[in-house]
Amino acid sequence: MQKFSAWSLFKEAFGGHQGWKSQYRRATPKAEYDAIIVGGGGHGLGAAYYLAAEHGLTNIAVVEKGWIGGGNTGRNTTIIRSNYLFDESARLYDHSLKMWEDLSQVLNYNVMFSPRGVMMLAHTVHDMQVIKRHVHANRGNGVDNEWLSPEQAKEFCPILNVEQNIRYPVLGAALQRRGGTARHDTVAWGYARAADALGVDIIENCEVTGIRRDAQGAVEGIETTRGYIRSRKVGVSAAGHTSVVLGYAGIKLPLESFPLQALVSEPVKPIMPCVVMSNTIHAYMSQSDKGELVIGAGTDAYNSYTQRGGLHISAHTLESICELFPVVRRLKMLRNWGGIVDTTPDRSPIIAKTPVKGLYVNCGWGTGGFKATPGSAHVFAWTIANDEPHPINAPFTIERFRDGLLIDEAAAAAVAH
Amino acid sequence: MLIIDCPYCGPRPEPEFAHGGQAHVARPADPSQATDQEWLEFLYLRHNTRGVFAERWRHARGCGRFFNALRDTTTDHFLATYRAGEKPPVLPAGGAR
Repeated sequence: MQKFSAWSLFKEAFGGHQGWKSQYRRATPKAEYDAIIVGGGGHGLGAAYYLAAEHGLTNIAVVEKGWIGGGNTGRNTTIIRSNYLFDESARLYDHSLKMWEDLSQVLNYNVMFSPRGVMMLAHTVHDMQVIKRHVHANRGNGVDNEWLSPEQAKEFCPILNVEQNIRYPVLGAALQRRGGTARHDTVAWGYARAADALGVDIIENCEVTGIRRDAQGAVEGIETTRGYIRSRKVGVSAAGHTSVVLGYAGIKLPLESFPLQALVSEPVKPIMPCVVMSNTIHAYMSQSDKGELVIGAGTDAYNSYTQRGGLHISAHTLESICELFPVVRRLKMLRNWGGIVDTTPDRSPIIAKTPVKGLYVNCGWGTGGFKATPGSAHVFAWTIANDEPHPINAPFTIERFRDGLLIDEAAAAAVAH
Repeated sequence: MLIIDCPYCGPRPEPEFAHGGQAHVARPADPSQATDQEWLEFLYLRHNTRGVFAERWRHARGCGRFFNALRDTTTDHFLATYRAGEKPPVLPAGGAR
């Protein structure tokens, strides 16, 4: 691996920057691996990296049906926060947030983590009560969060409209200062590069088409579009397509896949210093380092695998954005797109062993998986390596839906579900 | 935006409708005797089909009635809509576009 440093940049400048090498090998599948991760997004590549870096498993592969980071890792709005209500979630998401803080150093790859503050707006008395409850619950769990008056909110984000004459006026806000954004593509690339350097094979254009099991029912290997690959351990991190992949092993999970849309405006000079989200009016916005305003909508109403949704969903979000931020009303939108998110009934993820020996799953991140990438990958790798869950992901089982031990974050995630 | 063919009112735009999830999910016949596994299946397990999917819709801002539809979740094309209580129509082979 070529190490990035001020010196390497200086040195390469003399060669006209022609000396930089590819960041990871285009691997072809070997006959057998000690472990295979299905899904080359941030969560999957991260799990492979931590398996290699922390658990000494280096004969492993990541198989990806398209290109790495081309799914939800490259389609989200890059928001990072950990202000979740319940103890289990607070531990999981804050584990992740802490890992974001030094991820660039760990990977020697700049993921552009920017803890610029995430502000969640309250528009009704009910919102104020719910959000204040969150602030107190978060503080009890050692997660920073604070309540702001509309004036304080405006001071933190000067383009916010806090006039009381709009349909959903801002009555206050919760601010998590440690929250922020990162550049999502670099998360996939950084993990891929670091995992590759430890010997992990990253195999793109390789779709899983079946899971083979032995006479005892344990996993033996996977069928792919690039041939059969043997492995006694398979970790599935396939986001919206998890139901399809686990269906090959006869496992049905409480998941439904929905399109979730986002869009960006034309780039403008810096006007927005933080992330602003609103549950009630289904909108959130931040500004990328390129200057584009990154805007997210709610999910479409129906389950689908099409990676696109209805224009009326984006239009509804833009109406809200224009009320909250009148300054952006004349901006043009450059691109909009959708990703397929796998939602669980309690809107909390599943990171667990499955009933099939040797088969593990990390799914159900729904509309908010990006923020959890490092922590999720870290505990998933632990689960695969030790064949038992890490204490942090122990509550996030498949069985919780049968046993009534839901982690009911439906009201806590900032996006309307 | 989807155009949805309500079996009572004809084709209308999607914002008139509310999606009702997977169709033909039967409540346990004797709820007091149902096991945890049966409740799990009734409450939470859904097909999440990649392909032709039977689902409920309600013409919420129209006639107000529930009906069912067959939709291909890889293209979002509707293959059929039919009234609640009816069996899903049998599609011709290769019917999914």
